[in-house]
Amino acid sequence: MELANIEKLLEKYLNAETTIAEEKTLKSYFLSDNVAPHLQEYQALFGYFSTNKSERYTKTIQLKSRKLNWKWLSVAASVVLLVSVYTGYQSNQQRKAERIYLETQMAFSMLAVNLNKGNDAIAVLQHFEDTKNKIFKQPKKVKK
Amino acid sequence: MKQSEFLKTVMPFKDKVFRVAKRLLVSTEEAEDATQELLFKLWKNKAKLKQYNSVEAFAMTMTKNYCFDRLKSKQASNLKLVHSNYEEKDTPLQRKIELNDSVSLVHKLIENLPEQQKLIIQLRDVEEYEFDEIAKMLSLKPTAVRVTLSRARKTIREQLTKQHNYGIS
Repeated sequence: MELANIEKLLEKYLNAETTIAEEKTLKSYFLSDNVAPHLQEYQALFGYFSTNKSERYTKTIQLKSRKLNWKWLSVAASVVLLVSVYTGYQSNQQRKAERIYLETQMAFSMLAVNLNKGNDAIAVLQHFEDTKNKIFKQPKKVKK
Repeated sequence: MKQSEFLKTVMPFKDKVFRVAKRLLVSTEEAEDATQELLFKLWKNKAKLKQYNSVEAFAMTMTKNYCFDRLKSKQASNLKLVHSNYEEKDTPLQRKIELNDSVSLVHKLIENLPEQQKLIIQLRDVEEYEFDEIAKMLSLKPTAVRVTLSRARKTIREQLTKQHNYGIS
C-alpha cells in the first residue's frame, strides 16, 4: 500500500471516519515491517490493539449458582443461632435455679443456727431450774 | 435453552466481555469476576435471550452497565483501582514487533482517558464493532460515538507523538 494512501487513511482514522475494512488495512500496514519512519509512533498503537485482542478469558464458566450456597449458609446460621439461644436460655435457667437453691439453703442454715442459739439459752435455763430444785425442796413432789 | 446451546451462543463473545470489563475495571481479577457474573446473569435470563436479535450486543450493554456500577460503588467506598497486576501477555506477535515499552505506554494512555472514551476505543479499535452496533450498545447516537472516538484517538495520537519526539517516558 502506498504511503500517501496510508496517510490519508490515518487522517480519516483520527476523525473516526474510517470503516472497519479501512482500519484493518491500517492495522496490517502497521504490523508489517516496513513502516515509514515518520509514522512509527502509530506502530505501538496498532500493535497494542492486536495484542489486546489476543487476550482470552481462561477461567471455566460456572453456571451453577453461587448464591444458593449463601442461602443455605444463612439457613445454617439461623439454626445455629436458634440452638445456641435455646441452650443459653436453658443453662441460664439452671444457673438461676441453682442460685435460688443456694440462697434457700443459706436461709435454712441461718435459721438452724439461730434456733440452736435458742436451744443453748434453754439449756442454761434448765441448769438454773436444776440448781433451784437443789436448793428449794419441792414438798409436793417429794410427798408423792 | 440447554446448557450446551447456551454455551455455544456465549462462547464467541466471552473474551470480548472479558476484555471490555478489563478495560474499564483495570484489574484482571475484577474483570474475571465481572465476566463470570455476567455470563451467570445471562444464563439465568436464558428464557428472555431469544427476544434480543443480538445476544452479543445485549451482553455488551450489560457489561458496560455492570462495570459502570462497579466503578461507581468503588468510588463511593473510596477504593482506588490500581493496575499493578497488569501484565502484557507474551504473544508471538508482540515479540515480532518488539515494542513492549511503547505498547504498554499505549495501555497507560488509554487508561487515562475518560470511561466513555476508553469503552468506545475498546469496542471499535479492539473488538471492531460497527458504529451502529456501538451506538446501540451504549444507547448513543452514531454521531456521538464518532465524535467521542475521534477525540480519544486524537488524544492518544497527541500523547504518542509527544513521547516519540522527546523520548520522555
